[in-house]
Amino acid sequence: MYKERRIADIRDVRTRTLEISKRTTIWLLLLLLGISMIYPLLWMVGTSVKTIDPILLAEEGARSSIFPEGRDILKNLFPERWHWENFIEVFREVPFGRYFFNSVLISGVVTIGQLITCSMSAYAFSRFSFGGRDKLFFCYLGTLMVPVTVTLIPTFILLSWMGLIDTYFALIMPGMFSAYGTFMLRQFFMGIPKDLEEAAGIDGCGPFRIFWHVILPLSKTALATLAIFCFLANWQSLLGPLVKVNSDELKPLTLGLLNFVDLNSANWPLLMASSLISILPLIVLFLLGQRYFVSGIRLGGVKG
Amino acid sequence: MKVKSWIALVFLGPNLLGFLAFTLLPIVASLVLAFYSWDLFSPPKFVGLQNFVDLIGWRINESGSLEAVNPRFWYYIYNTLFLMIGLPFAIFGSLFLACLLNRRLLGRNLFRLLYFIPSIVGGVGVYLLWKWIFQPDYGLINSVLWYLGLDGPRWLESTFWVKPALMLMNFWGSVGGMNVVLYLAALQNINPELYEAAEVDGAPPWLQFWKITWPMVSPTTFFILIMGIISGFQGGFDAAYVMTRGGPAGASTTLSYYIYETGFQFFYMGRASAASWLLFLMVMAFTWLNWKTGANRVHY
Repeated sequence: MYKERRIADIRDVRTRTLEISKRTTIWLLLLLLGISMIYPLLWMVGTSVKTIDPILLAEEGARSSIFPEGRDILKNLFPERWHWENFIEVFREVPFGRYFFNSVLISGVVTIGQLITCSMSAYAFSRFSFGGRDKLFFCYLGTLMVPVTVTLIPTFILLSWMGLIDTYFALIMPGMFSAYGTFMLRQFFMGIPKDLEEAAGIDGCGPFRIFWHVILPLSKTALATLAIFCFLANWQSLLGPLVKVNSDELKPLTLGLLNFVDLNSANWPLLMASSLISILPLIVLFLLGQRYFVSGIRLGGVKG
Repeated sequence: MKVKSWIALVFLGPNLLGFLAFTLLPIVASLVLAFYSWDLFSPPKFVGLQNFVDLIGWRINESGSLEAVNPRFWYYIYNTLFLMIGLPFAIFGSLFLACLLNRRLLGRNLFRLLYFIPSIVGGVGVYLLWKWIFQPDYGLINSVLWYLGLDGPRWLESTFWVKPALMLMNFWGSVGGMNVVLYLAALQNINPELYEAAEVDGAPPWLQFWKITWPMVSPTTFFILIMGIISGFQGGFDAAYVMTRGGPAGASTTLSYYIYETGFQFFYMGRASAASWLLFLMVMAFTWLNWKTGANRVHY
């Protein structure tokens, strides 16, 4: 009996060491993959604090240059001295602050607009019964697959007929209504039990107060998710602004960055500094709203 | 809930107005425009199907053989499809990551974060970053290849390598993102008893993956594939505009970039509309095809 137990013990130890070594391998693999995923962004940070000024380079050596001697990607990641002044330089050369402000304004107003219009129409689609409701909803669904390029040209023509090309209106107004947002919120509202509303109705609440005091407070997650996705999409959008805007003071960051490229085609430190400023809000937004990302993906995705 | 129709209209109104003005009306207008020739300045002229013939038509040339009226457009379709080859790699990559992450590990949340971040940063800034990474002499990629003793190609300047370069960039931007989240949710729904039974029967890990994991996550794979194809057809504009201007020699021009160029640089509004409708039809056809062929291979 004693002997048997010892054999079992040995076997146990063996499987345990096997398990531990397996885990360590997976962990190391994950770490390696993670580093290689994040390395391009580190490369971006590194480049943004280097310099191309020959006088400074003569002082600091080739490590501060974007064209170092040798190709050691680990040693050359960061410079000898970090040139933070690049980030100030960006704001001096072009009206970068203005671009940034425009991006915040456009993305912000579009997002608020979508939250208002989409939640209202989603409420109507999910709770009211009126003639042609399902047909209309089907129309909304049908347009989800239509490429942006289809609507781009007529929207441009419509806006230029109205004399609104090159205005904030052109950048903001068309984005404030979204079939996708309506669809997503409607799906969410459908899942809210109707008992609460009925109780509120018996207490004498009309549809406006039910919407404001019952539905919206219960949908904070869905609204936050829509807001984040909407803001991200507008922050990154290039094609729309490219077509609708010419004057410099209306340009969002995406177009502003392209201006910057034309002015400094080889000045990679400045280009990377400005690019970094443009993606920093996205990272902050992500870190703040991580759980909404996950819930949003599941909401818009498949079940199971 | 039964309500007076004015109340329904108040709720529906704002969104409906915008929907009609900036979605439905433009869709119809674009279809009409596809049958006209118009440069914005002179009055539009009805040309029937000419725009479509100019894009995808075929004709018999002098020597009696069949040739495309516009071989460039076919080339741009080819480019768009070619870039979608990256999709299966990204799908397998995401599933692989999800399988690794689907266990208790030290710092699991940190790993998830690391993988997720590339997929949320985007826009012009990131395309500029990749333009710098693909820089042939001092870029990150060629420095890594140089480590391995390889002489890297001239990526964005080469008609052959520009597409793999863009695919690599798209892979980086999508592999750790929402697909991993979807796959993790799917993996957590698999009954662990299936794996225990397989373990008892002595099935090796790769067989367990192939016979249990892969079929059980197939609805998710199907969903990701369809979404990927839909966005793949429409994609490529931003990258092409920022990094290559569709070049070299049109090698990175996708359909959306072609439509932009035709409409807003050469002002062929009619032809651009026709091309965007062709794109729309392709998206619909592929989605329908996927639905038909995929539905019976997916296990629910």
